[in-house]
This record gives sequence, C-alpha cells and structure tokens, in this order.
Amino acid sequence: MGHRAGRPYFPGGRALKADIPVAVIGGYLGAGKTTMVNHLLRHAAGRRIAILVNEFGDLPIDEDLIEAEGEDMIAISGGCICCSFGSDLTAALIKLSELTPPPDHVVIEASGVAMPGTVALSISILPGFALSGVVVLADGERVQAQAEDDYIGDTIVRQLSDADVIVHSKTDLQPNERAIEAVESWLQAMAPQAKIVPTVRGRVPPDIILGLTGPTAKPQASPHADAGYESLAFREIPPCVPEDLARKLATSSYGVIRAKGFLRDAEGNSWVIQTVGRRFEAQRGQKSELDGVVCIGRRGDLQAAALHGLLGPAVSSSHI
Amino acid sequence: MSETIVYSAKKIITMNPSRPEATHVAVRDGRILGAGSLSELQTWGDVRLDERFKDKVLMPGFVEGHAHVMEGSLWSKVYCGWFDRADPDGKLWSGVKSVDAVVERLRAAEAALEDPAAAVSGWQLDPIYMDNITVTRADLDRVSTTRAVGVLHASGHIMNVNTKALELAGMMKTGHNHPGIPLGADGLPTGELKGPEVMTPVGPFVGFERNLLDADEAGLRNFAKLCVRTGTTTITDLASRMDEDTVDMMLRVTSEPHYPIRLMPFRFFLGLSAPELVETVLAMKKRATDRLRLGQIKIVVDGSIQGFSARLRWPGYHNGAPNGLWYIAPEHLSELLHLALEAGVQVHTHTNGDQATQLVLEKLATALQAHPNPDHRFTLQHCQLADAAQFRLAAKLGMCVNLFANHHYYWGDEHYNLTVGPDRATRMNACRTALDSGVPMAIHSDAPVTPLGPLFTAWAAVNRITASGRVQGEEERIDVSEALYAVTMGAAYTLHLDGEIGSIETGKKADFAVLEADPTACDPMELKDIPVWGTVQGGRIFPAAEL
Ligand SMILES: [Zn+2]
Ligand SMILES: [Zn+2]
Repeated sequence: MGHRAGRPYFPGGRALKADIPVAVIGGYLGAGKTTMVNHLLRHAAGRRIAILVNEFGDLPIDEDLIEAEGEDMIAISGGCICCSFGSDLTAALIKLSELTPPPDHVVIEASGVAMPGTVALSISILPGFALSGVVVLADGERVQAQAEDDYIGDTIVRQLSDADVIVHSKTDLQPNERAIEAVESWLQAMAPQAKIVPTVRGRVPPDIILGLTGPTAKPQASPHADAGYESLAFREIPPCVPEDLARKLATSSYGVIRAKGFLRDAEGNSWVIQTVGRRFEAQRGQKSELDGVVCIGRRGDLQAAALHGLLGPAVSSSHI
Repeated sequence: MSETIVYSAKKIITMNPSRPEATHVAVRDGRILGAGSLSELQTWGDVRLDERFKDKVLMPGFVEGHAHVMEGSLWSKVYCGWFDRADPDGKLWSGVKSVDAVVERLRAAEAALEDPAAAVSGWQLDPIYMDNITVTRADLDRVSTTRAVGVLHASGHIMNVNTKALELAGMMKTGHNHPGIPLGADGLPTGELKGPEVMTPVGPFVGFERNLLDADEAGLRNFAKLCVRTGTTTITDLASRMDEDTVDMMLRVTSEPHYPIRLMPFRFFLGLSAPELVETVLAMKKRATDRLRLGQIKIVVDGSIQGFSARLRWPGYHNGAPNGLWYIAPEHLSELLHLALEAGVQVHTHTNGDQATQLVLEKLATALQAHPNPDHRFTLQHCQLADAAQFRLAAKLGMCVNLFANHHYYWGDEHYNLTVGPDRATRMNACRTALDSGVPMAIHSDAPVTPLGPLFTAWAAVNRITASGRVQGEEERIDVSEALYAVTMGAAYTLHLDGEIGSIETGKKADFAVLEADPTACDPMELKDIPVWGTVQGGRIFPAAEL
C-alpha cells in the first residue's frame, strides 16, 4: 500500500471533509478477531461504531451487548451496530453511509482467508470513507506453524505483510517472556512495515484499532490500565515540515504505534498528520482550534524523551 | 384414466443400456410408459399415436449440471463477445472483433433508448482474443457522453466504463492509488475497472446494480428459453444467494404451466454460519417442487486459473504468478462438509486449481469417517487441473466430477501458453482419465462464462479443439457416446436425479431433446452443429420456434 498522495487517506479532523474512518481487522480463523471486536464495543465510550462482518458466523457479538437482532443487522448497546455483508462489502458500506446519523467509525472484520490489504484498497475508492489502518491479529501460539502450512501458509504471510499494526494475541498462553519475544521478532521479520502490539483477551485500546481523534480530545482512560499502553500529548510543536515530522514519527524508533496531529508549517499553513504503523501522511487542513500532536505506544516503548526533542514538552501523559 | 400418447421418431437414443435404441416412446401423465416399437407400446391398451416427431431424433432431455441463471439475466444487456452467440429469442449475434465494432454495437443500442438517463450496458467483452487490447473511457465516450456506459468482460472480473459513469460514481478524479484502477497519462482513470471491489461502486450507474448471483424474473424466463433452444430440460443455478423473495419468485415462475425446465438452485455458502446454512437449506428443501429442486449447497473454494486466483500445487503458475486465493478457510470447509453429510444435504464444491481439489478430497475423507454416507455424490465442479491420483481418490470417496469441457475450447490456448504451461494444459479437464478412474462424470458450460449448449459441450470433450484450432490433449478425448452420456445420465447422477431423468425408459420423466439429426451418426466435428427443434419436458411440448 505505502504512502499515497493526493486523496485524503486518513480521516480528517473537523477541518477536513468528514469521511468516516474505516479500520480493517484481518487475521486467520481463531486469531482472536471476534474477542477483540467485543472488547472494542465494550469500551466504545460514546463512539458509534459499525462493525461489518463477512457473515454472522458463530455470532460475533457477545449476547449481553445485543439490544435487537434483525436479519442482517444487530443493534448493540451504545448506538453501535453490526452488519453482515455476505459477499458484497462495497454495497454494505454504501448502505452504511446512507444511515442518519452515519456511524462515527466503521470496523470491517475480514474473513479468515481474506487479504486485509485488498479490503483496505476497496475502501480507498469509496467516497465518504477513509481507511484508518489495517490491524492484523496473529495467534502467538499458532501463527508460526500456520505460516508453514501447505494450504494456508502463504495466506498467513500475505495477511501479515498487509498489516499496519499486528496484534499479537493470546500472549498469556505462552510459557514465558522469552517465548513471547521470540514470536514478536518473528512477526517483525515477516512484517517489517508493521508495529507489533501484544495482547491478552483482545484488550487493545480502542484508539489503536480505530485511530486517534487528535489532540483536542482527552485521551480515554483505560478500564484496563494493565493493558500497558501510554499516550502522550504535545501542544507546542516547534515549526516543522509536516511531512518530515510524520515520517519521523512513523519510521524512527520512537515506539509510536499511532500518532495524529494538527500543526502549521513555516508559512503558517495548517496541516493534519497521521501515522499508523510505519505509514504516514500529511495533508493540508483548515485551521484547527488547537494545534498539537498525540502519540500512542506501548508503555516502556514510547520514547518520551526523544519525542520531547521532536515535539516539545509533553503536556499530558496517560496510561491507557 | 389419463391419456397415453405414443410418439414416433426417426430414432430414439435412450441412454438405457438394456435398450439403447427405439422408434417409439409412450408417455402418460408426463412420464415415460415405455420405449420400443409401436406394437410393443400398443400392449398398454388405448394409445394415441402422435407423429409430429417422425422425422426427428429424440434423446433424453439434456441435463446441464453447472450453469447460472445469470446467463438469462445478461441478455437484457448488449452482447459484446468475440464469438457468435444466440440469444433467448433465437437471434444469432455475431461476435465483435474490434473495439470499433464494440462501440458501433453499443451505439446502436444507445440510439434505441428513450429514457435520457438510461445506461448502456454490455457484456462478455473478451480482449484476450483482440491481442489483449485495452478499451478506454475515450472509446466508450464515443457511445455517449451523456449516458453512463459500462461493458462487463467475459471473465466477470473486469469492466470498462465511460467518463460519465466515472463521474456519476465520483471516481472521475486524480489521486487513485489502486491496482484495480489503471490511470492514464493525465492521472485520471482509464475507465478500466479490475476486480469486484472497484466495479461495485460504478455498477449501479451502468446497469449492473443487481447482485448477479440473484436470479431475477426476466432472467429466469430468458434462461428457460435458452434451455429449450439447446435441448436442455433440467439445469442448475450454481449458485444463488436465494433470499426469501427470490425463492418465492422462483417458486412462482417455475410453477407456471408453460415454464419449460426443471431448475436446481444451489445455495451459495457465504452469508451464514455453517450450522445456519445447513438449517436454512434443509428448510428450503421442504418447499421443493418437481420443477424447483431446492436444498443443495455450493461452496467456492478457490478462484479461476486465467485470473491467477485458483490454488495450484507445485510448481504453481507457469508465468510465475503467486498462488491464488482461498475463498473459504480449510477449517470452515471441513465444518460445512461434516454438517452437510450429517444432515444429508448435498454439496458441490467449485475447485479450479489442483490444490483446492486436494483440500476438498482430504477434508471430505475425514468428514466421511465421522459421518459415513455411501451415496453422498458430493461433486467437484470444474476440477480442471486434477491429476489421475485425484480422480482415483475422488472415485474411492464416492465423489463425482463435473469437468469444464467448454473451457478447454475457449481458454485452452491461454493455459498452454501462459497460466499452467503445456503439460498441465494438455491434461486439463481430463475426461478420459476421469472415466477410466471410475469417477462419475458430467461436463458443463458454466453459462454465462461460456454459452449454454450441451451438444457443444459434448463436442468440446470429444474433440478437445482449442479456439486456435489445435487439438490439445488427444489422449483425454472421449467417445461421442460417452460425451452424450455425460450430458444426460452423467449430469443427472451428480444431482441425485438419475432415477428420474437422464434416460428414456419406463418410469422416468417424459423429458426429451428433440433433434433434427442423429448425433451418433454425424462426423464428431459436427456434433455442435446439430439443430435442436425444441424439447419435451414432463410430457409438455416446447418447440423452439414458438418461444
Ligand atoms: Zn465456478
Ligand atoms: Zn459457475
């Protein structure tokens, strides 16, 4: 996929046309996609999320979250919905965009054999939607064996190579830290473009899956402070070349999984920058009320001191 | 008591090995009372002799085990294919051989449109035969700049559209970064849209709004006409999404007194979990009628060979393309096979590549140990690249194969030169090996991918000629009698209908293909050219000339 120019690739803040951000969740059968989606819905915190699933397999939504069930739509507490798209994702997305009010976020749970990058590409051509990133789950216990399988090995490898963020799931099932690290370095070698996020029972902060709202919003305190993520907000960004800044955040070793910012260039023009994994984008935006950059990363990985050097002093830091 | 009618014929080819030929056939209540001589049939008592077929050759009504009702639906659009093709009304459309010819044909259709907002839609364009020329939006702008114009390729996976269509879909802009949207020097889309994801947003503006897997009423009627014209009396729709409304419509239309075919739709596997799918199909089975045989499942395991999306075993694609795509996870396939065997629901699986075929064989072998069923007849559809070992295993497991004989003619050269190379192209759709391995075999058109026509399909399996005129895989040719068996009893067997149809013998449905000449007496190269007078279906007479 890589960096694309021209068309807004990331959802803008209020400054840009309000494209609905779409996160694509991929990964093989049993990698934990459904568990993560349910965790996300439990911590939607007012965000109206539409989940699109290939089929209502073994129902993808925990029963206690369901408010009403229709033939191809499930109403979920908090104003979220889940729809089945069968074989026609594009048609389902077009239908979603016609809802009033439209959802704040769309999450596509791709089928276990789908190439998430292909799904992501199909979003790029739909007016009104913008990809917020590709999150691929990998079952830490099984992914290496799966990658060797005669039938599905190449599928697994291609799925990983499509990821911006790889969620290394079920780390609690591994014997020790060493084993977890071994899987992570294998994943990183398979997918050098991706940032790796370890998780237990799908507890990934919503901001990592959905994308950041930007520095104007307060970071959501996590109900699972043990999840081990940290977010840093910066308000006084030194004058910079926005695209260079975005590139550094995405590709240098600051430990940033996602970043989003509103800032100005030397001429005083307003910009929106976003990064996910090692991908980044800088777009001209309209003037925002509050400039600044928010970064999210694993606690301990996020290089606060180095980020100060780049972005000025942090005004807030929260564990999420 | 009901009337007994005895039809005389120049010859009746029965496909009943104990009495392969007859001169007369007696019909009562839409079923065959017997086939033999007039005096033999007169032993049934009062009979009325009907001599309308005395100069015709009767065969069992042909059975097409793999087609799609979409063939009927597409004829509401403009035919833009390379080969001559007959429409449901019997008009022969000549193949278009250049982009100019495509434009000219679409312009003629455009001129006939009254609604100024109506789109012009074409289908079956196949640039493979035009040196892979690219059709651009500028070409289609010559058809209209005020109407949306779209032409679907024969592959079903590429569409060409004009500027207006791109504008309506909001895609007429720079900055696209998608392999399915080629850009011109100006940075704007060329109008070629590759892949379903990029076609869908434009589809509604160019007349392809419906999911093509859903039968529509007009399409269902057109489909039936094509069947009569080709001697087909029983046919599948493989597969259909079959929502409630579609099933109601299909039940209504097929129950009309003059609806001439028996239709067997297979429920497409996507959209429901495995247990729900099996449950849904079982419920549908209860609504089945003689002319609408509900209650089967179609699973698509991989993609297509010419689209490089079929799953191949080593050494993969001849041109080095990466292996294709799975459309179902092996675990999901396995679950469905288990549940379907347990519930007694028949499953047909689309596998083009030999790795996909191997996966089905392995998963079914395991599922059969859990749920033994000696007569399941699960069928490998297409199964184009299977080798002898796979055919032997399929036979052992009680599977059937339905090989894509027509494909060999239309894309055989492409496979030889590009996709799989000479060796494997030569053994593609290996009918001889399949029969010698003892696996029950049918052959098919996959209409609309290739035109419906069981006699053509038989011709393709007998001669193995490719579009360029080469015989490709002489050793895999089969006899005329074997090919005729494949398009009657062979296909009936794969559908569990061999006790009801497929041969002309006592007790079976009075389903006949009425032919103007004897397919067993002609030069095998002329098999495809035998004129079809029409059909008899369930004792009802359908002359093609009166459709
Ligand atoms: Zn198929
Ligand atoms: Zn088909």
